[in-house]
Amino acid sequence: MKALGRVALYLALTLAALTFIYPFLWMASTTLKPPFEVGTLTLVPDQMTLDNYRTMWARAPFGRALLNSALVATTITAAVLVFGSITAYAMARLRFRGRPALNAATMAVLLVPGQLTLIPLYTLIVQLGWIDTYAALIVPYLFNATAILMLRQFFLQIPQSLIDSARMDGMGELRILFTIFWPLSRPVLAIVAIFTFMGSWNEVLWPLLVVREQHLMTLPQLLTVFALGGGAGSIGVSLASAMVLVVPVVIAYAFLQRHFIESMAGSGIKG
Amino acid sequence: MRAEERSGWLLATPYSAFLAVFALYPIAFAVVLVFLQWDLVTPPSFAGLDNVRRLAGDGRFWQAVANMVVFLSIHIPLQIVTALALAMALNRPLVLRAFWRAAFFLPVVISGAVVAILWSTLYATDVGLINHLLVRMGLRPVPWLTDPVTAMPAIAVMVTWKNVGFYIIIYLAGLQYIPRSCQEAIEMEGATTWQRFRHLTLPSLLPQTLLVVTLSTINGFQLFIEPYVMTGGGPLRRTNSLVLYLYTNAFSYQKMGYAATIGVALALMIGAVVALQRRLIGTADAQ
Repeated sequence: MKALGRVALYLALTLAALTFIYPFLWMASTTLKPPFEVGTLTLVPDQMTLDNYRTMWARAPFGRALLNSALVATTITAAVLVFGSITAYAMARLRFRGRPALNAATMAVLLVPGQLTLIPLYTLIVQLGWIDTYAALIVPYLFNATAILMLRQFFLQIPQSLIDSARMDGMGELRILFTIFWPLSRPVLAIVAIFTFMGSWNEVLWPLLVVREQHLMTLPQLLTVFALGGGAGSIGVSLASAMVLVVPVVIAYAFLQRHFIESMAGSGIKG
Repeated sequence: MRAEERSGWLLATPYSAFLAVFALYPIAFAVVLVFLQWDLVTPPSFAGLDNVRRLAGDGRFWQAVANMVVFLSIHIPLQIVTALALAMALNRPLVLRAFWRAAFFLPVVISGAVVAILWSTLYATDVGLINHLLVRMGLRPVPWLTDPVTAMPAIAVMVTWKNVGFYIIIYLAGLQYIPRSCQEAIEMEGATTWQRFRHLTLPSLLPQTLLVVTLSTINGFQLFIEPYVMTGGGPLRRTNSLVLYLYTNAFSYQKMGYAATIGVALALMIGAVVALQRRLIGTADAQ
């Protein structure tokens, strides 16, 4: 009876896992199939072809979009880590008069749904003349309130004696942050880095608002426009373009799954 | 000024400036925009309460609200049931536990745009994988995304599938907090599996369930890319989400005042729904 229960459990788990994995496997295999094989369930194409990838690459600037996405996500992640740490350090470890107000404002901002500020932010970008620039994609994300609060929480636990003795040695605050705090904060830095990068890598609504020039589009935006505008022409081609966005993520996820889960589960859902 | 005071101000200034320009100003300007008419080309003009009046009588807006009700009333219960069931399956000594968890979490790391494109093909009437399976089982194919009745539920199921891994983690964390002594005690009493679930597991997980309800409501109201890619808000506007309607007003019709008004209404709605849920579940807790 007990053994039977275990078999049933594993059977159920396998079935459940298949519903989460199979669509992605099917997607990968469909991109390698010629058009007439698309409607089949099999994972191994009878005739393997790279035509879908050739077509996709020739019809829209996916190489450029990959670079745009990498540039935007990397810049934002670096900024959120560096500027976020500096801010969190001040908010956690330096006593100054504006600090309680800054803490309160950060909490308040997190409670406001993004839909409220979407249009005012968009009109701001228009007035700054930033439509179709990298600045529009990057600048509004340079600081991240969730990241700052997480870093602050971690920085609060580092002993004051480390700061005191470093100051005695004549170290400045930034040096204390980057040479003493950062090495101790690797776990939280990794968590912040992953959810920031993934949030930016997968974001599509904001780019759809502020970028119209094809050469400045990020990957999720270009593949959405490509699939909707009929540029793809077929399911295989459209899924092939999606693979460009998915493959790097799946490779990173395969190696760092525990960190991904910890990071993305800790920060709420995005994308 | 003390050195610490000075460095504090110095290090916090860039963030304070950012917060003022990219967070506080947009919040304030959202409220101002409600009273303006602005196409971004000609200067904005004062419109009094026109936007609010228009919203109150706008059939498309209320259709979008009704669509969100349909979406959330399928998405939230389904999300709770699937996440809880899978978390309980994972919360035992398993071979390859990390693998199962990673498999369920996989769609969470994939872009919503990709998931929407993928599921458009899975839901496709003629060549879709799902109808292929139905036909094999001797059933008739369903026009999932082109039938006004099935389109929104189909999207709700897909979003639940995409996010379940995230909510599994929340429930798994909660399950680990149920003391072993309680589990042993209730087993000694001779409780059946169902009784154990009903009287120990479920009540112990109330804080997690409240979190799942709140987060899936907040995330659910953000529904945009799925209808944008899969249905364009159709058929018969039945999948037009509030964010998609807001986007259309801003991007296609250049009505900044009206789009911002929808945004404000949406934010108020989220606040009200979440507060109501907290009340209801809080009352259930007291009983």
